Amino acid sequence: MKQGIDVVGLYVRDQDEALAFYVEKVGFRVHTDVKNGDYRWLTVQHPDQPSFQLGLFAPAPPVLDAATAQAVRALVAKGAMPPLVLKVDDCRAAWERMRALGVEFTQEPVERFGTVDAGFRDPSGNGWKMIQARG
Amino acid sequence: MSQGPAPQDPDLLRRLLRARDRMDAASHEEWPVGRLAQVSGVSEAHFARSFKQAFGIPPHRYLLTRRIERAMALLRETDLSITDIAFDTGWASLGTFGRTFRDITGETPSAVRLRGKAAAHDLGRVPVCIANAARRPDLITAVSEKRRRAADGTNEPEQQQESS
Repeated sequence: MKQGIDVVGLYVRDQDEALAFYVEKVGFRVHTDVKNGDYRWLTVQHPDQPSFQLGLFAPAPPVLDAATAQAVRALVAKGAMPPLVLKVDDCRAAWERMRALGVEFTQEPVERFGTVDAGFRDPSGNGWKMIQARG
Repeated sequence: MSQGPAPQDPDLLRRLLRARDRMDAASHEEWPVGRLAQVSGVSEAHFARSFKQAFGIPPHRYLLTRRIERAMALLRETDLSITDIAFDTGWASLGTFGRTFRDITGETPSAVRLRGKAAAHDLGRVPVCIANAARRPDLITAVSEKRRRAADGTNEPEQQQESS
């Protein structure tokens, strides 16, 4: 595929913490992790989805001014960022595995409309729905 | 409010979000301020004011809107009786449920049931939890209902903490 969405970023409060969370608990892999002074470009990806990267970015100078960075950190911590959806083969199995690793679930798996969904948050406050693929 | 409150610490906000998430996950349960404060790791006195500053609505009012949201989903998507829905969503009496439901939504539960069944599949491609949140009762209505109650002299307990 030559065209398409390559990277979508999340704001996280701490990139080391977010990296550990998404790699060790959710099961993603590091794609790129490079530093340039205070700036760190960090992306991860789902092992089954090599054409898409999820950026884990810090709302901080020099990209944002200090006041804007503070406002963004507050929004993330209040759960005000847009919803994220993770598709899994087996929602209950993923929930059990991730819960055992200490992931903060906001909703246990619920069966409805022919599928199963659960909800969790990353340490920063970004909210994910985890939905079992149909059939 | 003539001078804006100081910005809230993101770590505190994250812990307040945890209390809000817990209400979301079990809105049928009782959530006294002490229980919520414990989830957030702050004092009871601090909790209600911090929550309202963060989310624009007192915690008890937030819980009521979540209960009504859930009742609306059950009215639309299940065949449970209105009485069962009232008790399943955390109300101690059918009368309180019906009254609060009308105050917040402007409609009766049975009207929502009749109308909702027809439109149940409009949001079929939106993840259901997100679709429900999108149809959450309007908070402005809830606030005006709260003012009416205050005028009636039927203040809820957190009223005192808010005005302190």
